[in-house]
Amino acid sequence: MSTDPILTVSGITKTFPGVTALDNVSFDIRRGEVHALVGENGAGKSTLMKVLAGLHQPDGGQILHRGQPVSVQSPLEARQMGILLIHQELSLSPELSVAENIYLGAWPTNALGVLNKRKLRRDARAALEALGCGFGPDRRVGTLSVAMQQMVEIARSQAFSADVVIFDEPTASLTDTEKDQLFATIRELRGQGVGIVYISHKMDEIFELTDRITVLRDGTVQGTVTTADTDSTAITRMMIGRTLEAYFHKAEIAFGAETLRVEGLGLDGQFDDVSFAVRQGEVLGLYGLVGAGRSEMVETIFGVRRADRGRLIWQGREIPLPTPRQAIDLGMALVPESRKEQGLVLMMGGLDNTTLPHLSSYATATVMDRGREMQVFDRYRKALAIKTTGPDQPVSTLSGGNQQKFVLAKWLCADPRLIILDEPTRGIDVGSKSAIHELIAELAGRGLAVIVISSEMPEVLGVSHRILAMAEGRLVGEFEGDAMTEENLIDAVSHHLANPAAQ
Amino acid sequence: MTTDIGALLRRHGLLLGFGVFLLGVALSADAFLSPGNILDVLRQVSITGVMAVGVTFVVITGRLDLSIGSMLTLLTVIVVDQHNSVGPLLAILITLGAGVLIGAVNGALVGLVGLNALIVTLAMLSFLQGLVLFYSGGSNVNVENAQTTWFAVFGRKSLLGIPVPVLIFLVTAIIGAFVLNRTVFGRQVFATGGNGTASRFSGIATPWVVFWSYVISGLTTAIAAIIMGSRVMGAQNTIGQGYELTVLAGVILGGTSLLGGAGSVWRTVLGITMLGFIQNGLLLLGFPYYVQWLVTWAVIIAAVWIDLGAKRGRILA
Amino acid sequence: MSVRTVVRAKAPGAPTRWLMRNHIWVFLALTFAVFSLSSPYFLTMNNLGNVLTQAAFIGILAIGMTLVMINGEIDLSVGAVLALASALAIGLQDHIGVWPAVMVGFLSGAALGFLNGTLVALSGMHSFIVTLGGLIGIRGLVFIYTGEDALMVTDFSYTEYPEIYLGPVSLTAMIFFALALLFQWVLTSTRHGRETYAVGDNLQAAHDAGINIKRHKIINFTLCGALAAIAGILLSMRLGTAEPNAGKVWELWTIIAVVLGGTRLQGGYGSLWMTIGGVLTLAVLRNGLRLLNTPNYVELMVMGAVLILALAIDKLLSRHEVGR
Repeated sequence: MSTDPILTVSGITKTFPGVTALDNVSFDIRRGEVHALVGENGAGKSTLMKVLAGLHQPDGGQILHRGQPVSVQSPLEARQMGILLIHQELSLSPELSVAENIYLGAWPTNALGVLNKRKLRRDARAALEALGCGFGPDRRVGTLSVAMQQMVEIARSQAFSADVVIFDEPTASLTDTEKDQLFATIRELRGQGVGIVYISHKMDEIFELTDRITVLRDGTVQGTVTTADTDSTAITRMMIGRTLEAYFHKAEIAFGAETLRVEGLGLDGQFDDVSFAVRQGEVLGLYGLVGAGRSEMVETIFGVRRADRGRLIWQGREIPLPTPRQAIDLGMALVPESRKEQGLVLMMGGLDNTTLPHLSSYATATVMDRGREMQVFDRYRKALAIKTTGPDQPVSTLSGGNQQKFVLAKWLCADPRLIILDEPTRGIDVGSKSAIHELIAELAGRGLAVIVISSEMPEVLGVSHRILAMAEGRLVGEFEGDAMTEENLIDAVSHHLANPAAQ
Repeated sequence: MTTDIGALLRRHGLLLGFGVFLLGVALSADAFLSPGNILDVLRQVSITGVMAVGVTFVVITGRLDLSIGSMLTLLTVIVVDQHNSVGPLLAILITLGAGVLIGAVNGALVGLVGLNALIVTLAMLSFLQGLVLFYSGGSNVNVENAQTTWFAVFGRKSLLGIPVPVLIFLVTAIIGAFVLNRTVFGRQVFATGGNGTASRFSGIATPWVVFWSYVISGLTTAIAAIIMGSRVMGAQNTIGQGYELTVLAGVILGGTSLLGGAGSVWRTVLGITMLGFIQNGLLLLGFPYYVQWLVTWAVIIAAVWIDLGAKRGRILA
Repeated sequence: MSVRTVVRAKAPGAPTRWLMRNHIWVFLALTFAVFSLSSPYFLTMNNLGNVLTQAAFIGILAIGMTLVMINGEIDLSVGAVLALASALAIGLQDHIGVWPAVMVGFLSGAALGFLNGTLVALSGMHSFIVTLGGLIGIRGLVFIYTGEDALMVTDFSYTEYPEIYLGPVSLTAMIFFALALLFQWVLTSTRHGRETYAVGDNLQAAHDAGINIKRHKIINFTLCGALAAIAGILLSMRLGTAEPNAGKVWELWTIIAVVLGGTRLQGGYGSLWMTIGGVLTLAVLRNGLRLLNTPNYVELMVMGAVLILALAIDKLLSRHEVGR
């Protein structure tokens, strides 16, 4: 491994309205190294990655590529320079062949625009073989598995002689064998002298694969360390950077009666055999990696998805699997994972969004009562300190934190008995974050049952009274009191096969 | 300040251009802005206008209804033919029922089964035209006692000097606007078109919202058919052909987005009325009727482009 | 047992996958068989030749529509463009000669297609709106040119150009097949063709790869307009007249044929093989139903029903598809 930097980032700053996503970020990538980029959600990893790939333009700072200052205006330019981004959502065309996808936008043609299919196929085959892919260049990409599709993207590194390849959570939807293959490929790239940026939440992968680690927190670099000289505790400490006790507030109250009991809930292809209960005044954490089936599971409880099997016992009585309408009427609330796609109607104002799940409650004989709507809107605007110019300002124009507060308002205003929060603080600023953490404690204090899903370890440890760990569609552990530690949670989700569900 | 004027122009440029057009025609043709002519225009747009009110619901849910042209033909044939067999009152009820039923079929296929709205309503356009020929046996139908029936009131009579079809149009628009802006269902229509997923997460049964929107579109088409039958006192097999295009043109001109989630009944009324005045004005100026089509083309493109320009962030492609 | 393997177990077998892409040929074979058995006049060389000729006009429109639809757009103006080209080709030939008139007709189609494409690409408007406007306005142009009455050819040798037969296959039908094969080759073997799929399939990926999205859209709309003009010129040769209302609602039949073939409105998926299948199925249905002396409403109703059926089947089959 040489120490010759291939890409140097110095003093990069990027602000969005209301948030400083990157603040004077500097780090470098050397030839033939795998460089991990870690941090909590919202720490700025994906913004940094998008700056490198030309999807965002930085407000300040400099990028040096092979010692030359460059300005990456578009993904195309990045690729031409040799910087390749492997997205979480793959950027492939399923209808085109493997070869066509590898060379997308740069196909060999003659002067008349006729494809030179021979050359295309030959080059693509060479790229695939260099990485040891087990499929040919003529396969239609739509027929490939996710892992194979990922290999097609990686093969672009060969085709365009990339010297920097950025992986964004590449193992999120891979099986263990596929992951091993991917790692072999990444090592192969490293052997070729490519500088690799590896973004991941998974500590075991980072320590298995990477040479150096750069930690981001709240848009700033906390430090770059050599992987061999550190351990996961040290890295986690750098990521969190604060003591949990001081930051989170847990209501210390006696739990009441069981609000919801779930028995043997299953949805084919997503999750199975899920059983647990949550009580009044309790904050139940649900920890697991992306793709573990957590969101699917709570969406099934809430009725957005139809369960294949299982029973729900609501406040001591068995109920039929509800539709969302019935779930809401029972007193359930679900703050979904994706604010923009599932939580809000972006072109509507805050008032319309707030009352959307409970329209009939604000209507007399189906005619909306604007006065009552205004009352509840004003109440929650004050209570949650939402910054908006008025009831009709489209929520699309608000900051992420304020949008999330409207999602909370829309569920809190009906006074639910159970509130499920799916990644409630993803992508919002620190201030709003702690406000939401306080709100969770307050809700539990009022006797609500609360389920919090989070892939942020400190958050889930900080706010929960009890934590369920979930992996690959199963509950794989339950932790309470002193057993609620980072090690135990990581252990549970990474060794779930050896350590089956406790319930 | 200049940007304010620019924004104002973009937002109201369409109305401004329309005003200039009105003024221009009024100056060169005295009759244009006379009360009689204005009522005439309104009467002419009442049929498309009533239909457009219903279609606005469908378009706000993010769907389309191309079947209304054939539906109008079929329902007009039905109302005229039934008038001869069971009398006006029952004929009207049957027609309204048939409109609701056809709307329900559209709504079931698009909303409940989840098929592509464009293709489904295109298929219905063809299917219903077939049904027209099946029902009428290929011949035109006429109201037998055209001079004496009270059925004439819907298309031919006036109340307090205002033609009844105009009143029907107005009432339909008022009810439509009220339902859309003030009721639970109206809110659900906007939510469904704005973000179907978020609406489902909010407990809204979006398939049924789409379903009922198509039913409304069927119902308004039935009302339009009653006006049409009454005005013509008969029905040819192609009487409603092409109406779907005029109605959509009016809805689009009013600024209701085909992507769903935004729009208003009053803007639709405005769009349809503007088309009516353009048509009337061009005829008064002595242009043959088909020149209005050319103008409609230009107006639609200009209107939508201006509208987009006013809202545009950065658009890919 | 991981979650993903559960999902993968549902991946379709080879027969389903074949059926997913080729169900139109099953449809065609079925309709063919039904009419062969039910009408003695159907399975004759003469009649089949007729079917092909009748299919050719919608077929040529459908080629352009397929290109535009794979690109993720739609063109509602093809019927009006056809009428305009046919009117110009006949109306101008007394003044500037036959072939220049034909050329002007052809160029008018290409120009209007270019206009549609440019408006779609530059404004970001939905092509449905742009071409709906075009459908209304271009028809206005036709009427302004013809003035409500049909134009007639004065020199009837014009109508004899397409009277060339290869067995029962007319020149018109041959032109349709030749164009379909040419553009299938364009779709599979040229940069423009493949990038058309890429744009319709995954716009973001195409954009990131530096593909010029606007250019492809403009090219495809131009081709669509030019092809509509070719159909119009061939129609004028066949009829010897140009009706101002020619091609009315043909855009709907064209969309029906293309969708029936399996090309998807969402873009990125389809081929001219599918479109040929859709066009032939449509033509066989219409011809067969007429031979059986069914009243013409049956045809309209069957078409509507078949279209919804095709859509439902497509939905059912694509539910099994992986990776989409």
